[in-house]
Amino acid sequence: MRDKSLLIGTLIIALLSLAALLAPLISPYQPSFIDMSGLLLPPSLTHPLGTDSLGRDILSRMIYGARISLSIGLISVGLATLLGIAIGSLAGFYGGAIDNLIMRLVDIMLCFPAFFLILAIVAMFEPSILNIMLIIGLTSWMGPARLIRAEILSLKEREFIQAERALGASNSRIIIFHLIPNAIGPVLVNATLGIAAAILLESGLSFLGLGVQPPVSSWGNILIEAKSTLGLAWWITLFPGLAITVTILAFNLIADGLRKKFSW
Amino acid sequence: MLSYIIRRLLGAIPVLLGITIISFFVIRLAPGRPTSLQQALNPKVSLETAQRLEKIYGLDKPLYLQYVNWLGRITRLDFGRSFSDGRPVLDRILERIPVTLSINVLSLIFILMLAIPIGVRSALRPDGLFDKGMSLFVFIGFAMPTFWLALLLMNLFGVSLGWLPLSGIKSLDFEYFGFFRKVLDLSRHLVLPVFVSSITGLAGISRYMRSSMIGALNEPYIYTARAKGLSQSRVVYKHALRNAILPIVTILGLSLPGLLGGSVIFESIFALPGIGSLFYEAVMMRDYPLIMAEVFLGAALTLLGNLLADIGYAWVDPRIR
Repeated sequence: MRDKSLLIGTLIIALLSLAALLAPLISPYQPSFIDMSGLLLPPSLTHPLGTDSLGRDILSRMIYGARISLSIGLISVGLATLLGIAIGSLAGFYGGAIDNLIMRLVDIMLCFPAFFLILAIVAMFEPSILNIMLIIGLTSWMGPARLIRAEILSLKEREFIQAERALGASNSRIIIFHLIPNAIGPVLVNATLGIAAAILLESGLSFLGLGVQPPVSSWGNILIEAKSTLGLAWWITLFPGLAITVTILAFNLIADGLRKKFSW
Repeated sequence: MLSYIIRRLLGAIPVLLGITIISFFVIRLAPGRPTSLQQALNPKVSLETAQRLEKIYGLDKPLYLQYVNWLGRITRLDFGRSFSDGRPVLDRILERIPVTLSINVLSLIFILMLAIPIGVRSALRPDGLFDKGMSLFVFIGFAMPTFWLALLLMNLFGVSLGWLPLSGIKSLDFEYFGFFRKVLDLSRHLVLPVFVSSITGLAGISRYMRSSMIGALNEPYIYTARAKGLSQSRVVYKHALRNAILPIVTILGLSLPGLLGGSVIFESIFALPGIGSLFYEAVMMRDYPLIMAEVFLGAALTLLGNLLADIGYAWVDPRIR
C-alpha cells in the first residue's frame, strides 16, 4: 500500500492556501463587519459557522484568519530556517573554535522555555504581526542549525567535496553550491514541522491576547471569546480550533510523508 | 561516576553564564529605562525617587558593571522587587511553585503509566491494529492546541454535564471542609488540568517508547532469552523493557522547557495560581523584574533538568560514562 499522508497533507494545505488567497472573493461577509442585530447566532444558512458576540461572521473571520496564520507560519519558519542554515553550515564547515562557540550558543538558547522567551520579548515590543514573525523566527533557528551542521560534518569529507577543493573551488562556493543542497533534506522536513509549531505558537499567543490584535482576525484570537461564551456559543470554540488542528495535522502529515519517501 | 558528574558540571558553567548574559540583555531590550516604566505606572514617583531608583538599579554605571552587579545579586537569589506590588520577586515565585509542581508531577505519573504500556504494546505488533490506532491518536494529540482541548473539555464536563468545576484550584468554602472533602475537592479541580497538560507528553513519549522498544526487541540478547525458552512476558518486561526505558529518562529532562512554557496557557485558562499564570500576569503588567526572574529561572531549571537526566542516565547505564 502506498503512503497517502503526503498526498492528503498537501491537498489540505493547497485548499487552505487557495481559500486564503481568494479570501475577498469567497468570504460571505467583511471579516470585521459588526451586525448588532445578529449577536451569537448559531450556524445557519446565512451564517454557516455562526456569529460572535459582535455579530461578526465566524466563517469570514476564519477565511481571513487563514491568511494571517499561514503567513506567520511560513515567514517565521523561513527566517528561522535561513538563519539556521547560515549558522549551522558555518559551524559544520569550519569546525574548531567557531563550531564550539556556535554550538554552545545553541545549547544556551535551547535552555530557554520558548514560550517564556517569546512572551517576555512580546511584552517589551508591541505585538504586531511583523514582530510576531520576527520573534518566532529569531527564537527557533536552533533546530535547523543543528541538523545542517550534522549533515555537513558527514558530507565535507566525501570525495566529491575533495574533488571540488582540488579543482580550486572557494570555501563559500563549496558551502553554498555543494554542501547545503546535499544537506537540505532533513532541514526541509524540520521546516514543515516548524510551520505547524509556529502556527500553534501564534494561536496560543493570540489566544492570550498577546498575538495578532483585533480587529485583524487570526484563528487564535477568535478563540479569545470562546472562554467568555463558554456554554453559550459552542460554535465559537469548535470551528477555529478545528481549523488549527486540521492545518497542523496536514503539515505533520507532509513532514511524515517526505521523511518516508526520501528516507531522511 | 564522580569524574563524569564533575565533567558535566564543569561543562554546564559556560552555558549557565550564557543564560545570564542573554537574560540580562533581554532586559536591556526594553525600550526606555525600567525606572521610567515604573514612573509611568505610578505618576506619584518624583524626580528624586526616580534618581534613587536609578541608583538602586545601577543605571548610572556602564553596561558591563551593571551586568556584574546583576550577576552578583542573582547569585544571592536577589531578583529585586516586583513592580506591581513591591514584594520580593523570589517570594512571589516561590509561593506559586507548589501548584505548578504538583500538576506537572501528577501529569508525569499519568503520562508514564499510560505511555509505557501503550509503547510496549505498539512495539510488539508494529503496524498492527493497535499500533495504527495509537499512531492516529498521536497525530491528533500533536495537532490539537492544548488550550482548545481545555476549552472543549470545560464545555463538556464543566458546562454541559456539570460534573467538574470550571476553574481555580479549590472551592470557595474549602476551609470548612473535612480532610476527605478537601482531597476530593482538590482532585475534582485538578482532573481537567492534569489531563490536558498530559496529552502532548503522552503522544510524544508513547511514540518514543515504541521505537525504543522495537530497537530493544531486535537486540541479540532477546534472541538468547527466547532461545532459553523464557516466557513472552518475561522476555518483554524483564529483558527488553528494562533496556528500552533508559532513553525515556533523557526525554523527560528535555521536555522540561515545553512543560514550563505550556503552563502559561493552561494555568491561565483554568485560573490556577502557578508560575505559568504568574508569568502571564507579569507580562500583562509589564512587571520586568518578575519577567526576567522567571525567564532566567526557567532556563536555569531546564539546564539543571538536562544535567540530572544525563547523570541519571549515566548512573543506570555505565556504558555512557
